[in-house]
Amino acid sequence: MTADAPTLTAIAHLEGHTPAVGHARGGISNPILGMILFITSEVMFFSGLFAAYFATRANNHPWPPDVFKDILDPLGPIIVATIILITSSFTCQFAVWSIRRGDRRGFVRNISITFVLGIVFLLMQAFDYTILFGEGMTLGSGPFGTTYFTLTGFHGAHVFGGVLMLGVILYRGGSGQFSAKHHDAVEAVSLYWHFVDVVWILLFSILYLLP
Amino acid sequence: MATHALSPAAIPAYRGGLLEWLTTTDHKKIGIMYVINSFLFFLIGGVFALLVRTELAVPGIQIFTNEHVYNEAFSIHATVMIFLFIIPMLAGLGNFSVPLMIGAPDMAFPRVNALSFWMLPLGGILLLSGFLTPGGAAAAGWTSYPPLSEKLAQSSPGPGQDLWIAALILIGTSSILGGINFLVTIFKMRAPGMTLFRMPIMVWTMLVTSVLVVMATPVITSALVMLYIDRNLGGSFFLPDQGGMAVLYQNVFWFYSHPAVYVMVLPAMGVISEVLPVFSRKPLFGYRAFIFATAGIGALGFSVWAHHMFTTGAVFLPFFSLMTFLIAVPTGVKMFNWVFTLFRGQLTFSTPLIFAIGFLTMFLIGGINGAFSASVPIDFALQDTYWVVAHLHYVLFGGSVFGMFAGIYYWFPKMTGRLLDEGLGKVHFVLMFVGFNLTFFPMHMLGIAGMPRRIADYADPSWADWNLLATVGGFMIAASMLPFLWNVFISLRNGKVAGDDPWEGNTLEWATSSPPPPYNFDRLPEIRSERPVFDARHGLVAHGGHGGPIEEEAPKALEEGHVDNQGPGGAS
Repeated sequence: MTADAPTLTAIAHLEGHTPAVGHARGGISNPILGMILFITSEVMFFSGLFAAYFATRANNHPWPPDVFKDILDPLGPIIVATIILITSSFTCQFAVWSIRRGDRRGFVRNISITFVLGIVFLLMQAFDYTILFGEGMTLGSGPFGTTYFTLTGFHGAHVFGGVLMLGVILYRGGSGQFSAKHHDAVEAVSLYWHFVDVVWILLFSILYLLP
Repeated sequence: MATHALSPAAIPAYRGGLLEWLTTTDHKKIGIMYVINSFLFFLIGGVFALLVRTELAVPGIQIFTNEHVYNEAFSIHATVMIFLFIIPMLAGLGNFSVPLMIGAPDMAFPRVNALSFWMLPLGGILLLSGFLTPGGAAAAGWTSYPPLSEKLAQSSPGPGQDLWIAALILIGTSSILGGINFLVTIFKMRAPGMTLFRMPIMVWTMLVTSVLVVMATPVITSALVMLYIDRNLGGSFFLPDQGGMAVLYQNVFWFYSHPAVYVMVLPAMGVISEVLPVFSRKPLFGYRAFIFATAGIGALGFSVWAHHMFTTGAVFLPFFSLMTFLIAVPTGVKMFNWVFTLFRGQLTFSTPLIFAIGFLTMFLIGGINGAFSASVPIDFALQDTYWVVAHLHYVLFGGSVFGMFAGIYYWFPKMTGRLLDEGLGKVHFVLMFVGFNLTFFPMHMLGIAGMPRRIADYADPSWADWNLLATVGGFMIAASMLPFLWNVFISLRNGKVAGDDPWEGNTLEWATSSPPPPYNFDRLPEIRSERPVFDARHGLVAHGGHGGPIEEEAPKALEEGHVDNQGPGGAS
């Protein structure tokens, strides 16, 4: 080993353009790994809520209770909201593919559509809540209402967080901060958005479809 | 003492005044702030412990106006000690040491790191502000089981319990962000040559701890938000009369809180595993076995939560009992590693080593009395008695707290550039060790005699002597903090200057100056084993940079016998 080699490595280590990125030895980037770990923790959070849902459901008969029989109609407005959210996952991925190619206009177009679809989903969920409230189902109306609004409410809060993140990358993308090489934030946000989508598919299946 | 050419030129490491500390993103400053903040909460939690012990010293109600205030005292004592002292203190030691040990300039996300820290004092203030509310602070124990913690319960009608929930969610979020930061740092920021199986054990334990934090902490967050919804938004998750299940909370709560036990002890094990080899002049016995045992404890930690719920009748006893006994196996492997690290070593009884031996002996007792509780029939007899209090304090105080003091004495010179006084350190240890055993050993007798935990008064006069003894011990532990604080105070002013490597350490933090510069390293030694600084000191590898001093010094070190009795091949 020549005397200078380790020195150079170490100094490169210090003076690298972005010290927090480590040694650029390839592999996954820091922000993306951080987001995957964050999503892992979110999965565990929802696991706790889902566990509570199934335990409560097993403990209460009939489920849904007679007063709320058929109140959760999978073919009501909620199916539109579901289709909208699933579509937004596709447009989000199109945005990622655009920026990987270096197509900034395509990126901005697709992420704008995703952003709008996310807001529409939230509005539709709020609309759906008002219908349910009108029929007398609230957080306070027994375990059925409590679990439904807790699960969908926390999901909605995560969609809201995702919309904020989309807004940030939309703004950054619009001002030309992303390129084919530098777009870790886009990849990270898209992972989060897909996660939010998958949680909704699970929620929809369990709350609306599971007999 | 080896003077390393590696250490950067003398740069004032901690420049700037208060504003600099308040806004810093430097992992070393944040780590030190973690340690100081946690120590302040240790003193606050300690005051509550003394109040509890004073009340219990003799039968009758003496210092508290009623039992409810007593409930507040022990609830806040436990919550502060667990969430604001032990977990963040170990996270702080990790925050200081991990980037240095893997040769990184900082954590992966320095600003997230600062955010994690600042959530802690905020959470602590939220928690303690419960005392200012009409109903008083949270009084349902640190576990806050419903229905005791529900709004309708006599114990928790006021906002104190809600502040407790909010504080724990905040502190939990801080832990999760910290855990993510550690994992990305460890996976992505290691210096060239620092492979996973060359990482110091402290880094390995922080890795496994962070996995536990990231996987388990969100689950208690879900339990807490459900409790909050029950209390404030009309929910019925845990209200049996409305179709909810009280035992559901216990399941979700312990799914976090059992792994949390390992969050509270694994980093202390990591500290011990750094201290023992350095002061025995030997490599850690069974480095790889130790890593697999750590990972094994982490994995098994997720399958034993219901052993806290044996007497609920709602859990499958044989499975959880068996899994609990199984955890003793990797723990036993570690105990064996530590003992054989000491065996035939050239021991130097410096304060860090003494505290490490305190950990070994006290944690052993905590492991043995815990195994009793893992046995279902014995647990049915000992459930909710002082036996459990004795067990958890032998693990968390005898284990974690002795371990973290070993770490504080060990890294204080690296943090500040000055050594703590050895004499005062030993006074601290003796007072704390004797006081600790006086306090918690009698609790075994009380537990077997059937004294329930969480009571303000007892009628049985035969319990009075043991209780009085425990109270005397409690004050002795409190007294042991005085020499420690005095030691810190005088050592910061006129302590012996430490130099870069006062202990002749093995790991990379000893290759830089004390305290290290903001960017940690100018140059790194070559990393060819889990003890790169040992290798560089003894000329076992080519040395980064100019090569002069260390290679010249190596033969001298050999003559003086400063050479490891395992030889260079000891570490693979």
